Amino acid sequence: MSHLLTMLALQAQVATTGVPPQGTGVVIISTLLKIVIIFTIYLLSVMALTLAERKISAWIQGRIGPNRAGPWGLLQPIADGVKNIAKEETYPGGANRPMFILAPAIAFTTAMLAWAVIPFAAPWDSAWGRIPMAVAPLPIGFLYILAITSLGVYGIVLAGWASNNKYSLLGGLRSSAQMVSYEISMGMSTIPVLLLAGNVAMDRVIEQQALHGWNILNLTIAGFVFIVASFAETNRVPFDLPEAESELVAGYHSEYSAMKFSMFFIAEYSNMITASALMATLFFGGWDIPFTLWDNVAPHTGIKTVLTGLFFALKVAFFCFSFMWVRWTLPRFRYDQLMSLGWKVLLPMMLAYILIIATAVLIFRNLGLEQVRWVGISAFGLALFAVNIVLSIVVFWFLDRGRVISPASSRLQADALERLRAARYRSTLSAEAGD
Amino acid sequence: MAINVKVLDRPIRESSYVRSALKGMGRTFKHLVDPHKVTVQYPEVKHALSPRWRGTHRMLTNEEGNAKCVACGLCPTVCPANCIKLVPGEDEKGNRYPLVFEIDEFRCIFCGYCQEVCPEEAIHVGRHYENSEYSREGHVYDLERLMAQTHPVCEMWDPADPKGE
Repeated sequence: MSHLLTMLALQAQVATTGVPPQGTGVVIISTLLKIVIIFTIYLLSVMALTLAERKISAWIQGRIGPNRAGPWGLLQPIADGVKNIAKEETYPGGANRPMFILAPAIAFTTAMLAWAVIPFAAPWDSAWGRIPMAVAPLPIGFLYILAITSLGVYGIVLAGWASNNKYSLLGGLRSSAQMVSYEISMGMSTIPVLLLAGNVAMDRVIEQQALHGWNILNLTIAGFVFIVASFAETNRVPFDLPEAESELVAGYHSEYSAMKFSMFFIAEYSNMITASALMATLFFGGWDIPFTLWDNVAPHTGIKTVLTGLFFALKVAFFCFSFMWVRWTLPRFRYDQLMSLGWKVLLPMMLAYILIIATAVLIFRNLGLEQVRWVGISAFGLALFAVNIVLSIVVFWFLDRGRVISPASSRLQADALERLRAARYRSTLSAEAGD
Repeated sequence: MAINVKVLDRPIRESSYVRSALKGMGRTFKHLVDPHKVTVQYPEVKHALSPRWRGTHRMLTNEEGNAKCVACGLCPTVCPANCIKLVPGEDEKGNRYPLVFEIDEFRCIFCGYCQEVCPEEAIHVGRHYENSEYSREGHVYDLERLMAQTHPVCEMWDPADPKGE
């Protein structure tokens, strides 16, 4: 007992003098604890999100939403879960069974895996050394995320293919085309972020934002494109073409029932949480508390960790809400609109944007703006913000005139349009004559 | 024959996606925070029925408690869904009465012709709709059951008072 006390006292002494390096045991135990905590919070949030989606859709449509299971319908997700587990599992004839079973698992797992590198709170200088608040704070954090999120399409394509159903297959094909197209815009939109941070580690990105202002201000257009691309990556409205109820029954999960369908459902919401966390990390300062700097500097106490964690949760919750908000507002794109937005608008726009931002960053760095601060605001951030305001006005005011998302007629040549109109006029004439 | 492609004539220069999407999101947010909801909590709260509502049938009775029906056979004749079964009978005084009078509410289309055609104002469609059953047979209402109904009856449309005032 006395031995233990001396050990604790020693450790306390070390903690006050400086941050000691972690032992292997501490790393293993803290990582296991983080995994358990993250996994629990993650699944509970997925549950909460399924209810939140139904409630928000109801409120937007002037309804009340589920209110029978438990107070205010809070037990609805549990009721749904019990129902889905109790339901019969069906397999379509001619389905590739191993793939059919594997697909929902892949869809869910890849969404979950990306969380490993996202820092969800400020690091904690505990008595056992500094504990970083990410399950696996990889130095190649961002590359890992790009790799893992692009695996997500396998779940959907495999589900579509293994179902032996033409609608499912079409849904799977659409999703692969969509994901490949938007993965490029997504990767492009993160290049300016990495340019500013000068690193692919997530904690560097957050540190840079705390110093020079959030990236949504410094890199507005990249942030916007990232948000659009993550809507496409998560297959949420207005990019839900893989599901497309009105065209493809339910797309890739037409043939799924019971808990396997539920897994796709969970995967969708997990993807939403992951995409929200990425948006928060890359463009909204991660766990950084706005308008303050005290949360980013030592000493990293436990209270700071909890507070920053709460702020991160708030940001993620806000983006999850905006996912739903958009879903219950906007209609789905046509397939050609989806493709032309991805390839003909977002990709060239991001290429030009990277060029402009890289030039601006080079100029501002050489002017030494990174070291200058006016009343606590980074001059570097301000200069980039000014550049971005101008660019945003150009993009949203002048370019967004029937070009970003265009009606079908804009894709036709003017004389072709005239010919179509003339043909329609003739056909109505002949129809009237026939009567 | 070429397919008739419908081309909408929209001024491309003026159409904007981002701005109109934001406007739409403003609109949905307004609805989101609006405390006025249109949902009626059905089993607890019910809509008031129109006086002309045509629902579950009801057979009216005279002072002696017998059905007003004289088994004239007009209602099964006029019934477009053929859901009324009537077997007429006659007592010793020569009064006609229905031996069997059954209405299959499952077949009925609730057109109200039976009420309209009835010379004795005996059969009525009523202001009532909660008549679900566990079996098809349960929907066949016999004379006793029709007489036992207590809900208000439908007020027919009056050409002189088209709005029901």
